[in-house]
Amino acid sequence: MNALNRSGWKPEVNGASEDAPLTFTGNRALMLEEKLIFEIGDRETSGVDFASTVAAAPRLSVLARSAPINLPGLSEPETVRHYTRLSRQNYGIDLGFFPLGSCTMKHNPRLNEKMARLPGFADIHPLAPVDSVQGALAVVWELAEWLKALTNMPAVAMSPKAGAHGELCGVLAIRAALEARGDARSVVLVPESAHGTNPATAAFAGYAVENIPATPEGRVDLAALTARLGPDVAAVMITNPNTCGLFERDLKTISDAVHAAGGFVYCDGANFNAIVGRVRPGDLGVDAMHINLHKTFSTPHGGGGPGSGPVVLSAALAPYAPLPFVEKHGDAFVLIEEESAQNHHAGTFGRMVAFHGQMGMFTRALTYILSHGADGLRQVAEDAVLNANYILRSLEDTLDAPFATSGPCMHEALFSDHGMADGFSTLDIAKGLIDEGFHPMTVYFPLVVHGAMLIEPTETEGKVALDQFIGALRSVAVRGKAGDPLLKTAPHFAPRQRLDETLAARSPKLVWKD
Amino acid sequence: MRYLPLTPADRSSMLATIGAASIDDLFIDVPPEARLSAPIAGLSFHQPEQDVERHMAGLARKNLTASDVPFFLGAGAYKHHIPASVDHLIQRGEFLTAYTPYQPEIAQGTLQVLFEFQTQVARLFGCDVANASMYDGSTACWEAIGMARRITKRSQVVLSSGLHPHYVSVAQTMARFTGDTLNIALPALEAQTDEARLLASIDDTTSCVVVQYPDILGRIADLTPLAEKAHAHGALLIAVVTEPVALGAIKSPGEMDADIVVGEGQSLGVGLQFGGPYVGLFACKEKFVRQMPGRLCGETVDASGKRGFVLTLSTREQHIRREKATSNICTNSGLCALAFSIHMTLLGEKGLRRLAEINHANACVLADRLSAINGVRLVNTSFFNEFALQLPKPARPVVRALAERGLLGGVSLARLYPQAPAVENGLLVAATETATQQDIEAFALALAEELA
Repeated sequence: MNALNRSGWKPEVNGASEDAPLTFTGNRALMLEEKLIFEIGDRETSGVDFASTVAAAPRLSVLARSAPINLPGLSEPETVRHYTRLSRQNYGIDLGFFPLGSCTMKHNPRLNEKMARLPGFADIHPLAPVDSVQGALAVVWELAEWLKALTNMPAVAMSPKAGAHGELCGVLAIRAALEARGDARSVVLVPESAHGTNPATAAFAGYAVENIPATPEGRVDLAALTARLGPDVAAVMITNPNTCGLFERDLKTISDAVHAAGGFVYCDGANFNAIVGRVRPGDLGVDAMHINLHKTFSTPHGGGGPGSGPVVLSAALAPYAPLPFVEKHGDAFVLIEEESAQNHHAGTFGRMVAFHGQMGMFTRALTYILSHGADGLRQVAEDAVLNANYILRSLEDTLDAPFATSGPCMHEALFSDHGMADGFSTLDIAKGLIDEGFHPMTVYFPLVVHGAMLIEPTETEGKVALDQFIGALRSVAVRGKAGDPLLKTAPHFAPRQRLDETLAARSPKLVWKD
Repeated sequence: MRYLPLTPADRSSMLATIGAASIDDLFIDVPPEARLSAPIAGLSFHQPEQDVERHMAGLARKNLTASDVPFFLGAGAYKHHIPASVDHLIQRGEFLTAYTPYQPEIAQGTLQVLFEFQTQVARLFGCDVANASMYDGSTACWEAIGMARRITKRSQVVLSSGLHPHYVSVAQTMARFTGDTLNIALPALEAQTDEARLLASIDDTTSCVVVQYPDILGRIADLTPLAEKAHAHGALLIAVVTEPVALGAIKSPGEMDADIVVGEGQSLGVGLQFGGPYVGLFACKEKFVRQMPGRLCGETVDASGKRGFVLTLSTREQHIRREKATSNICTNSGLCALAFSIHMTLLGEKGLRRLAEINHANACVLADRLSAINGVRLVNTSFFNEFALQLPKPARPVVRALAERGLLGGVSLARLYPQAPAVENGLLVAATETATQQDIEAFALALAEELA
């Protein structure tokens, strides 16, 4: 059997339903199983040919490798088939609606991919002489100018590698600014609805984290926050629009109060897509805000990165921005690194990454921004908010919407699992949506809502897609309220049924062992 | 606008469903003084594909493309040939446009890739386990230092002078805020590494020793004595690999008993891209796994007993632990990890070892050719595909002059160590499988002329 079956898939009887025949391979037509490379490859197979080359007396010292590494190889056709089969077990935006709240899963235009692959961008070395990479520095500069204009902030640090890295950049700039004025403060205030990265970042930067409660309407409790301000508070980290999908009406008031108390305002810009072109965070008194280029500006999420998290900074924080960065002197672009920083940027808190940040994401984001322009970006925010409100108002009769009376939502609609039958919860709704052909929404976040379901449609969905999703979610919710046992065992039609996460954590198998 | 499917009629009917008179009603919670009533002034409006393409292509043309010229740069980013199928496969929408695999039933593709990636990295580094990747080598390095602090409860860190200076800078930045004390030094243009200094610096307060392998000057030194001394004092050995292809030719750090091995994975599958995105590699001994930062993929079974994969041990992570997390990292470098893994699968052990052999052979030819130039001294007695030269004059103007002749001839140590005049005559030169004999000859002739 093995000789016939190079894919390595062993026939199994699991998963056959009563009215369908078993297959020899275990495959189900287009549903193809795929073994691990360690099961189908071997050490002697390679999918790469090399030219012959001159031999030389090796200069590897006594450390020349003798032991095998045990890395399997596959030929090119086997490799292409392996990864193509695996790809088909994934859900992506290209396949369908992906309303993962707070993640902004919008369409990724292919022009962005094409531009990032121009050899003049893709094939240049980070330490090439700066005169030979003026076009690359121009991309960094142009993108920086757009980000500053869209936020009305005077400076931007481009090097952070992701949103959480950008948060760290902002908080380190705040700490450097406080240290520079000899002001030792020890506390960062974080609303309880915040992303987990906010408290993790503040703690890393050496701050004690204190939570600020939310009001019943889902916004930061202004009174509680201002009451807590004092000489020990370094900063407040606020997400706006917040993770309940609401605009923080009082942000300017909060900023003024924080500044009056000598602190800084960090804004988590994860939800900037809701307001780009309609609101500039700089007008609300923000001191630092990261911008997830992989959210608002549509660089692909890639199955979990790479992201990119430039941070816009206020005039008070700009002197402490990390190295390196780009300046324009006349017509020439100059890269400010450790050497040149000594002279006119001595306050910098240092370097966060080896090189210049996510250049490949800068080219994509700039392409996206130029495609939309100032008018198109404004339309992006409007359509994103319109789509979310359409979902909120279309489903509030079926699903509990805890903040439905708190005003319009921004770019995401929040529901809870209140009203489901006993034993049924948000997880079951999510898994039911998988069977309906959708990626589920964000679940159990924010923590301030029981069984939260956070739905972010983005602006790149049309009305037909929204109506289909609304119909499907209503149907699944009705099944959850009725206690349909088949919902409890969903998904039924995905490549896998529910996976045992407890087993995975109890006895971790993190690598393949032959 | 080509990316926006809603029609004006859709918008009107949806506003009616919502019960709003206009789109402005949905922004009613924005304070009036912060509402923008029109597109932001001074910015361009939307453009067709071809206009955007013309602009971007114009900027791209202003750069000197590595493949168009004889090219010998390294210092933490290496030019390797990437098989055509790698870029094709990572552009499949199911990989490119997926998210972090929070819903494992419909993300088995990404998850199986991560499990295979973790295994490949662990084997390459000679470690028990590896995570699903970090941002890049430099951030993986300081995350490793932080992990050593959590494990040893100590904060004295000894860094080799052979560690990439930008990695040192990143560690210094973070140490300012975490309270770690870094013992650092500048490298000397000598064949021997600073092993003696490192050995002398390890004591019972040491958290970890951080050594790059091969180091910034390309030197290859046995890590075993450092591992032994570190372990005798309850400290950890962290090895940093910025050129993973080297491990096809030399022993892995894990074989020399390193506790944590981190690295930059750009060399496999990921283009130079002016420095990013790259992919940080992170591996360690099994006993330390619960102190690891970043995403981890693990094997399990589904409700019908079929093998499957999930993200696991997430109680270490920020979305569960919040301020008590091992790191604030949220994403990994998923698509670059995929590219790394595909390239490694195409190579296999046989291909990787052959690739390493060719890199080393080319570097040996280049070293012999360049060190024959009058006044040029080869610093290294050992190297893989990169080595240091001492020129008879400062290297930085030489590199610039070579670039003006259309030849990218290495990285000057003055670029990397602007505050160290003692190494300003140093030039780092790398030769991979992409360097042809003609390239090497052109470089040698041009360098000889510049130094004449």
